[in-house]
Amino acid sequence: MPKPILRINGLEKSFGALKATNGVTLDLYPGEIHALIGPNGAGKSTLIKQIVGEIRPDAGSIDFEGQPIDRLDAADRARIGLARTFQVSQIAPELSAVRNVMLAVEAREGRVFRFFRPVSRDLDLIAAAMAFLHDAGLGERAAIHAADLSHGERRQLEFAMALALKPKVFLMDEPMAGLSPDGSKRMTAFLSELRHTAPILLVEHDMEAVFALADRISVLVYGQVIATGTVADIRANPEVRTAYLGDEAA
Amino acid sequence: MSRETILNVAILAGLLAVALGAWASGEPFVVQLATRAAILGMAGVGLNLALGYGGLVSFGHAAFFGIGGYAAGILASAAQNYEPLMTWPVELPGTTSMPIIWLTAVIAAGLIALPIGALSLRTGGVHFIMITLAFAQMIYYFAISWPAYGGEDGLSIYVRNSLGTLDTMSPLTFFLIAFALLLLVLGLVLVATRSRFGLALAMARQNPLRLTSMGVRPFNVRLTAFVLSAMAVALAGALYADLNRFVSPTMLSWHLSGELIVFVILGGVGRPCGPLIGACIYVLLEQWLGGLTDYWQFPLGVILLLVVLFARGGVIGLVTGRNANA
Ligand SMILES: Nc1ncnc2c1ncn2[C@@H]1O[C@H](COP(=O)(O)OP(=O)(O)OP(=O)(O)O)[C@@H](O)[C@H]1O
Ligand SMILES: [Mg+2]
Repeated sequence: MPKPILRINGLEKSFGALKATNGVTLDLYPGEIHALIGPNGAGKSTLIKQIVGEIRPDAGSIDFEGQPIDRLDAADRARIGLARTFQVSQIAPELSAVRNVMLAVEAREGRVFRFFRPVSRDLDLIAAAMAFLHDAGLGERAAIHAADLSHGERRQLEFAMALALKPKVFLMDEPMAGLSPDGSKRMTAFLSELRHTAPILLVEHDMEAVFALADRISVLVYGQVIATGTVADIRANPEVRTAYLGDEAA
Repeated sequence: MSRETILNVAILAGLLAVALGAWASGEPFVVQLATRAAILGMAGVGLNLALGYGGLVSFGHAAFFGIGGYAAGILASAAQNYEPLMTWPVELPGTTSMPIIWLTAVIAAGLIALPIGALSLRTGGVHFIMITLAFAQMIYYFAISWPAYGGEDGLSIYVRNSLGTLDTMSPLTFFLIAFALLLLVLGLVLVATRSRFGLALAMARQNPLRLTSMGVRPFNVRLTAFVLSAMAVALAGALYADLNRFVSPTMLSWHLSGELIVFVILGGVGRPCGPLIGACIYVLLEQWLGGLTDYWQFPLGVILLLVVLFARGGVIGLVTGRNANA
């Protein structure tokens, strides 16, 4: 049995009286897609935010590659290899698509504080960014202002930026949200390949995609993991059916 | 060349032509005005790095303008009175050498901007505006209550400081010095905003969350921009002191911070030459309308309102349209 790359132990987070994360324990193994499903407001995004360091848990700990990362801030965690895509795409709207990705490349190289050379003449940087844009299927749209990209294209841009970071783990918050059925299918194919680059903790509502992609599924309800298992386990779990899948069917 | 580049070149050539033309036709006062516009424009270009490119609305950049001014005033008055600048721990003489004064101004402003920026950047939005204002006011009151350098009355520089063998008292020569430094500052700001750092600064303004998720702390990027911006403004301040041969706490007052913001907004936020054209318009209005009425800032206010409401890219945006340089 290989060791988990990411391990979350007894995580807790309250917003006032609301327990958004209530003793969550979860892990992610190399090469797998671990899907996290649950109804609206279950605390999925809140969990992702604690893993990447955007918000601090009240209790519990997070280990990455066997080391605790609780004391690292969000920038540090990004630098050691946690890459995140957001529920709502986060991009620089006034920059072109390729410049968004170029910044990700320079950030990964640790060469951000360079003041003199114009990026427009930095051919290596441009070429690297273009390669990631192509991988994300957005090569044709490199010169377009990110603000002018369609919703689906912004998603692709997010992925190009995440790829450019060459992370060890992907944390994805609802990558299918708002995509057309066609877009969802392409995204599913893309993610299925991506797991070989780095394992994915995938928060997703689209059950068809989850059942197609996930190696394991955890079900989060009211901040608690009520079940973890393979696709077959989860489909068959009566508790999950009433708590979650039942709602979907209705 | 983009339309904006052509416009930028035209603005710079226009300013140069005005100064040369005025000099040829024997109007040193107009040369003086052009110099004032160039220096204030330089300060605006410096502020633009923080305000326009970094989205940091500093209401305290007069502090750095004044620090530059006082650096020039203090060094020059020590040299002109044949007094040492300080005697402990080492004896340091004053100087009337412009390059040394500029360097001192820029370094002093950078060193003071570092803690001010580090504390102010822990906040955002309106809080940032108020904290930068508060720091500048502290320095303002400190200057007023510090008798050694003239307090409220300010400090006179008897003769303009020197640059090699140039006759700096000649209005045209001094204009050309200011103009050359304006080009330098403008060039450096342009280069910085188009560099790797410039991309990070753009992201820090447009989407700090994304920048963090790339492993870069927006705070560090902003602080760098804040300090660089302060240094540019201080250089302008040192020249401004030499232009007037006088430094006083008014250089540190919040009015001046406000004027610098006006240059940037009027000319075009985040446009390289925007603040320069903003400063030119300001100096022109001040001159023409100021002769007609004491309330000349009222029409300026109306213009500013119109720009904010109808021309988000300022004058430059009005002429060239959307920012092409992204
Ligand atoms: N910063 C906050 N302050 C207060 N309450 C919050 C905060 N962030 C989230 N919550 C609450 O915590 C609960 C979990 O929110 P979260 O966004 O994690 O849900 P989610 O599972 O991602 O839902 P969705 O499927 O709608 O994205 C919700 O009830 C939400 O209102
Ligand atoms: Mg969510």
